[in-house]
Amino acid sequence: MKYRIVVLFGFAFFNAFSQEKLNEVKVEANQKGIQKSLKKVSNVTVVSSKELLKAACCNLAESFETNPSIDVNFSDALTGTKQIKMLGLTSPYILIAEENIPSVRGASQAYGLSFTPGTWVESIQITKGAGSVVNGFESISGQINTELIKPKNDIPFFLNFYGATEGRFELNTHFNHQISDKWASSFYVHGNTRTIKNDMNKDGFLDNPLGKQLNLVSRWQYSNPEKGWVSFFNFKYMNDQKQTGELAFNPEVDKLTTNYWGSEINTKRFDFTSKTGYVFKDMPFQSIGIQNAFSSHNQDSYFGLRQYNINQQSYYSNLIFNSIINNTNNKFSTGVNFTLDQYSEYFSTVDFSRIDNSIGAFFEYTYDSMNKLSFILGSRVDYHNRLGVFYIPRLHVRYNPWEKSVIRFSAGRGKRAANIFAENQHLFGSSRAFSILDTDGKIYGLNPEIAWNYGISFTQNFKLFTKSADVGFDIYRTDFQNQAVIDVMQSPQEVLFYNLKGNSYANSFQFDFNLEIIKHFNLRTSYKYYDIATDYLSGTFQRPLQAKHRFFTNLEYATHIVDKGKQWKFDFTLNWLGKQQLPFTMTNPQIDQLPEFSPSFSVLNAQITRTFSSVFEMYIGGENIGNYKQQNAILGANNPFGNTFDTSIVYAPVFGQMYYVGLRYKIKNKK
Amino acid sequence: MWGFVIKLKTKNKSIVMKTKILGLMLLLIAFSTQAQEKKNKNAKFTIEVNGNCDMCKKRIEKAAFETKGVKSAVWDIETHQLNLILNEEKRSLLAVEQNIAKAGHDTNNVKATDADYDNLHGCCRYERD
Repeated sequence: MKYRIVVLFGFAFFNAFSQEKLNEVKVEANQKGIQKSLKKVSNVTVVSSKELLKAACCNLAESFETNPSIDVNFSDALTGTKQIKMLGLTSPYILIAEENIPSVRGASQAYGLSFTPGTWVESIQITKGAGSVVNGFESISGQINTELIKPKNDIPFFLNFYGATEGRFELNTHFNHQISDKWASSFYVHGNTRTIKNDMNKDGFLDNPLGKQLNLVSRWQYSNPEKGWVSFFNFKYMNDQKQTGELAFNPEVDKLTTNYWGSEINTKRFDFTSKTGYVFKDMPFQSIGIQNAFSSHNQDSYFGLRQYNINQQSYYSNLIFNSIINNTNNKFSTGVNFTLDQYSEYFSTVDFSRIDNSIGAFFEYTYDSMNKLSFILGSRVDYHNRLGVFYIPRLHVRYNPWEKSVIRFSAGRGKRAANIFAENQHLFGSSRAFSILDTDGKIYGLNPEIAWNYGISFTQNFKLFTKSADVGFDIYRTDFQNQAVIDVMQSPQEVLFYNLKGNSYANSFQFDFNLEIIKHFNLRTSYKYYDIATDYLSGTFQRPLQAKHRFFTNLEYATHIVDKGKQWKFDFTLNWLGKQQLPFTMTNPQIDQLPEFSPSFSVLNAQITRTFSSVFEMYIGGENIGNYKQQNAILGANNPFGNTFDTSIVYAPVFGQMYYVGLRYKIKNKK
Repeated sequence: MWGFVIKLKTKNKSIVMKTKILGLMLLLIAFSTQAQEKKNKNAKFTIEVNGNCDMCKKRIEKAAFETKGVKSAVWDIETHQLNLILNEEKRSLLAVEQNIAKAGHDTNNVKATDADYDNLHGCCRYERD
């Protein structure tokens, strides 16, 4: 028990809101897939690994399908990549971290989420709104932190196999070894491949890329609870290859020619991360931690005749000290972080290479009245070679006005350098000419993006005929002071990048209702409204490819566990999306014109899991069972080297229905 | 330290020096005795506090925190144990117990007055010995 507590503390001080972490771990005992606490200061949803089992869910990008806080969209008609959005803003505005080290950033922005296999994940914390200052200044609409399975708590062996009708196969194997009472190590191997060429919408193009990925991680954990030390060391290697484009395209013959239109995206990545924490003797409330991360990310790719190569060498370091002022009702975290990014970037052979570095210090104070009120006040000062010296304030307040309810308020500022090419790779598969209209700024000629985010939320838990239920809503507003505007509203042959002139904002409203209908039968519903508008050169428009109205519902049912773990689990998810603003195409020939708005549609997913024992289970499921397919997903598909070709206007699934089966097998510790 | 002083004494015959050294010596002794009685800044205590429910927990912990020097206070509903980390330089354990008793809860060494006990919310009126 004592050991556990110390280890918990060990994790705690890497955590943004460290004092919440202990509660968090306790809460997980209630076996819910998604947890929202009434006690946490910020609007955090904790997604457990159990929730991730509910969807086809092969990697992190696909793991948010059953979660209403995050919208999953398709980024283009080529790469099969899923794009996530929070508060209606795309993933570059979200700080995405792995074990509190920023992970999906810079070069990995477009595909990075697909480089973390779902089976590696222990839990995901989703923070809506400004978030903590501890992990950096870049978050604007929210933070997503993924915790991987800890070697100390791991099982000796895990096997997962997955196969889908689209021709995708995945294999995950985990090995764990408890070396001594202090050292534990895990080794995970992930491989996936898609070998079948699919063209369900008969446009002559692959609906999903051919591909293969090898992903390895070796994790080492040292824990010495008596002395208060805990350390983690991770080594990762990833190699991902994708080929897409016309069915007849053969890269060996047709690469960078006009024989057939095709694309290859090859990424290699290496990561090393370490973290060490120490809890002071006799002072469980005081700790110090240091994190270091080095990564090398190399992407070689071409899209038709357009070449894009990016290499990012990155170093990140963070030192954090946690303690109290007088007593544990007044806590603080303070520290420094350092980031160095060296980019070699070539877009159509134009060299955009650069070096970015930043150093910053933060201080975060947490007050807990032990009663109804608590707040977190954070601030940080950073120096960045392209963003200058700047100050970031963040505030989170929690108030419990009456029983089983909570009101939260948050406000904060974020600032970032937009990697306009890496973040907009979905536009590469088109004949659009890329133009940067500004030249005075320090980032591709543009100025840094700066935004304020404010939010308020309310949740009330109650009993409906003895069954637990909750209802709640949240409202957020993001106000851009400056933005690197991506303009596809001017011309279907162009994409323009320029500094915001005028206004740009994102308003979002979410209403949730959750109910336990009967025991083991849960309903989750959500309605979302988005108003995201930007002043473009040609006028003010809603952000393209963003539905104004969305409806989400998830039903889950599980039978009682009988006979050594035998159980059935059923899961059903429905997403309805209202009409979406489409990019401007009116100057194209009639055949390649799209209406101003897309039609509304729904997507249905379902899964059945059969647990045969506590160590073996199988699952079968379907995605997009209604078989909704976007017509005309690729403009100018008949003439891919012509000037109307565009694969980026995707508002719905391109591939129709898809079915999959999988199995999970575990060897547990003997006890 | 004595040896050092004596050595100095033999080298310097002057009385002024002697008094100076003696003064310094006394000062050092005074310091070291204080150091010996130096109180623990992070003293850990586990004491029993009587109570029943979540409301009691809040009240007990709050009363503990109202005592200067209490850095951490966690009361367990099941075991009735209060885990304290206290800076003994500021207040003694007894002072913490007095504050808790004043809030209406009996501790090992200090019992609440009947008036304070009667002020407790209905669900908090624990059984008294």
